[in-house]
Amino acid sequence: MIFESPYDNVFGDLIEAFGVFAVILAVLALFTFAGFLLRGIGSAFDSRGETFDEMPLFLASLLAVLIVASLTLLWSAFIGGRDTLRFLILLIAAIAAFGWLFRWAGQRLTNNAPRFRDMPYGVSFGYVLAAVVLIWSVWFYFQPVVTEQGTPRASVVFFRWAIQGLLIAAVLGTGFKELGKRVGPGWSRKLFRTMPLTASFGILVIIAYAIVAIFAPLIAPYGQEQVLGAANVVPGGNPALGGNPEFPLGTDQIGRDILSRLIYGAQNTVGIAFATTLLAFFIGASLGFLAATLGGWLDQLVSRAVDVLMAIPSLIFALLLMTIASVWAPRLGIPLTVFMVVIIAVIDSTRVYRLARAVGLNIVVMDYIEAAKLRGEGLTYLIFKEILPNATAPLLAEFGLRFCFVFLTIAALSFLGVGIQPPLADWGTMVRDMAAFINFAPFAPQAAITPLLAAGAIALLTVAVNFVVDWMLHKSSGLKE
Amino acid sequence: MADRDILVKVRNLYLEGRSDETWIPIINGASFDLRRGEVLGLIGESGAGKSTLGLAAMGFTRDGVRITSGKVLFDGVDLINASAAVKRELLGRRIAYVAQSAAASFNPAHKLIDQHTEAPVQHRVSSRIDSERDAMELYEKLRLPDPEHIGFRYPHQVSGGQLQRAMTAMAMSCRPDLIIFDEPTTALDVTTQIEVLASIRDIVSQFDTAAIYITHDLAVVAQMADRIKVMLKGDEVEESDTRTMLASPTQDYTKSLWAVRSFQRPQKPPPPAGAVPVVSVKNVTAAYGRVKVLHDITFDIHAGRTVAVVGESGSGKSTAARVITGLLPPLEGVVEFEGEPMPGDYRKRTKMQLRQAQMIYQMADTALNPRKTIGEIIGRPVEFYMGLKGQEKRERVKELLREIELEPDQFIDRLPSELSGGQKQRVGIARALAAEPKFIICDEVTSALDQLVAEGILRLLAKLQDELGLSYMFITHDLATVRSIADEVVVMKDGRVVEQGPKTEMFRPPHHPYTDLLLSSVPEMDPDWLTNLLAERGVDNIGDAAVGNM
Repeated sequence: MIFESPYDNVFGDLIEAFGVFAVILAVLALFTFAGFLLRGIGSAFDSRGETFDEMPLFLASLLAVLIVASLTLLWSAFIGGRDTLRFLILLIAAIAAFGWLFRWAGQRLTNNAPRFRDMPYGVSFGYVLAAVVLIWSVWFYFQPVVTEQGTPRASVVFFRWAIQGLLIAAVLGTGFKELGKRVGPGWSRKLFRTMPLTASFGILVIIAYAIVAIFAPLIAPYGQEQVLGAANVVPGGNPALGGNPEFPLGTDQIGRDILSRLIYGAQNTVGIAFATTLLAFFIGASLGFLAATLGGWLDQLVSRAVDVLMAIPSLIFALLLMTIASVWAPRLGIPLTVFMVVIIAVIDSTRVYRLARAVGLNIVVMDYIEAAKLRGEGLTYLIFKEILPNATAPLLAEFGLRFCFVFLTIAALSFLGVGIQPPLADWGTMVRDMAAFINFAPFAPQAAITPLLAAGAIALLTVAVNFVVDWMLHKSSGLKE
Repeated sequence: MADRDILVKVRNLYLEGRSDETWIPIINGASFDLRRGEVLGLIGESGAGKSTLGLAAMGFTRDGVRITSGKVLFDGVDLINASAAVKRELLGRRIAYVAQSAAASFNPAHKLIDQHTEAPVQHRVSSRIDSERDAMELYEKLRLPDPEHIGFRYPHQVSGGQLQRAMTAMAMSCRPDLIIFDEPTTALDVTTQIEVLASIRDIVSQFDTAAIYITHDLAVVAQMADRIKVMLKGDEVEESDTRTMLASPTQDYTKSLWAVRSFQRPQKPPPPAGAVPVVSVKNVTAAYGRVKVLHDITFDIHAGRTVAVVGESGSGKSTAARVITGLLPPLEGVVEFEGEPMPGDYRKRTKMQLRQAQMIYQMADTALNPRKTIGEIIGRPVEFYMGLKGQEKRERVKELLREIELEPDQFIDRLPSELSGGQKQRVGIARALAAEPKFIICDEVTSALDQLVAEGILRLLAKLQDELGLSYMFITHDLATVRSIADEVVVMKDGRVVEQGPKTEMFRPPHHPYTDLLLSSVPEMDPDWLTNLLAERGVDNIGDAAVGNM
């Protein structure tokens, strides 16, 4: 044949497609039938007859699918020779059995105390699972760091660091809480007594960051732009592993001290994020309250404008605007950072606006607002003296969350190269610059940690702020009840 | 009576509630017996612990409440130490609970009948189909309209009174031995309340169910209960059967409760002919959007007099207040203040006009800004209208606090959350007084308060009227309040003024049929009142049905 007709295959394709379709249909029909059968058997054997009688067919079929799937799993584990799978199934079965045993033993030993008597099976399963995980963690923690061949075992190393970090955090949090309980005026002592451990840890971290950011030039051993002798010094300060005690956290590719840059980064990144969040709140909250109080066309206008802004993915929108701004900045003689602050603030103020408007709407229907309106009060009084004091709790909580998002956006923009500009130290840029080192993790865990230091600084602050915000949200919702 | 007839046995029950890191006592040693088929009325002010005790009788405590000692025996089962499994078997099946607000207690996402059948099917009392049939029978017994189909509606599609009856039907679905009614009619109008009361009483006696009926309304409990137990701040005051309790209460507190409704001030002489009324509503028609809610209403309020505006919810009485204050500009008609027409919109009124008409709200909780101290709340109108500042302002606020009978130095720096309901309402009055008005609108100011506290507020308002020559527009649905304080009465229904005139005339027949219905629906302390009323009107001509027939 000289040429192949494009139509020749259509028929074949159709048959093929139909074939697939038919197989799907057949499988569906099979399972429906299985479900039907299952329901029939079930209601014949179930004396009370309620569970199966009123079961919809699709649920019965789903149950049939589940049974077939678990049978397949069991078959491949025990007959097909999948060792890992078999181990997992046996483990789960063992935990399930011990969960039952644990509850039973508890009931026997404590003479049916309500704690064990009313314990659902899921909870006792959870206790046993937690115990297993704990034992495994202890075992894994004490595994040798180096294999018999002499290569480092990265998983054990990182696991140890993680556990150590958690323990240090717990100790610091507890210590700070105990300190707060004993020192200070009555109200703060009471606050510390009722505070969860996470919140006290969060507050401690935030205070530490604030101190580091404010006193950065005094704390940092070197300047943020200072290029020192050796490049790529490994963190840890152990000369045997390529470290240098003078640079405890090592140096980057052009030989700047990472510790100093982290400290200055706190000032730059956190400071700018704080300013941006403040600006976002100023814009968003005042517009939101205004819209809630006045309503009508102003509310419509601002809300729809906000909708439009929110419809555009924020990071891409910020990138786009930053690209434009990077052309304008030198022409107008305004630092690019100012543009970045304004752009992120405007984009994030839309979220604040939504919240402020929603909270405000709930407040403006209150009788005390009506009373103030009937008194003849002006708009400024209404917003700042009547509405704002009642909206502080949700707004403060949102401030904490928003701060994290702004902070992450700045880090992301810097990572992409349009944020805080070098040579200023910035955590986002530091992660980007040293991202490639993460590939060393399997054979040189010490070197791989370099990009994680800046990332860890970001993560720690984000987690800390969220801890505090969660606690505040919990408190403010408790007050409302 | 034989001991085995006792269904619930509560002995020396002590409960504590968690408040700010410490446990404070809520119930101090309550004991009672409840026999099969008997109705026990629990009464007391809010905070007396009656709801907590009612729940404890089913072995349940709210979050932050714990039972410290005592015994609750339900049919021989120790409910306090019972396992969760045992309680699951009893609750819902043999013990049921009817909450205060049926509207808030039904799940809005499911049809009534789905919620009704859930418990019987779950407890394996009957199958879904039988339970549905039974629901329809119960709906019919409770005289719900269209019992075959009403169950297939969603909670928002039936009225409040019907919902409360559907909830009672739901509690009955497993034919429990005990039902706990927690203020089931408090949120309802008098005309609706009566049919719910009649239905509950009927069905409880029909199935010989024991019940604990919790309420703060004495007249209601007189109709429902075989025995009454009076509580005060977690202590038992006294307990005896209903007739004895009503006829000869032994404790002072009980006597004071009984005496509350005795407060009545004499009606003032009619205003001189040709006097200019302080506020005059003339042919006002008003609408929300396109829905007209007020139709051509006219009434006057003269200096130093109290005009009570009564009617059910939805009759337009609060809307009339909104028109007078200018929150809702009227479509037609005009509101005059001392003969001068006022602009319809409050924004167009002068500061002077705004100052002259003040308002006191129903819910003191939402009427006071929770983040401001009492001094700030009362001080603001003083500063705003009178221009007083600093020490002068503080002195004036203290003076106002003395006028409303609160100790100034003790209250001036507190937040509203640190005050009781009655004290908050007093602060609301002080805020209105601070403007030195001539006219005050009182919107259901006593309906959220206990009777003793409400009486105190009424006395205070009367005293202030005598001292300052204020005029009140008193919006209420409680005719007892009207009887005690009003000079003139305006009866409203569906946005129209049905009848108006001096109080003495209004409480003397002949009435407009609607006024008659309202008046006769107010429960009285006589335990035979409901029975007599039902005999008079017939079971199918009470409540909504009677309103509909008009």
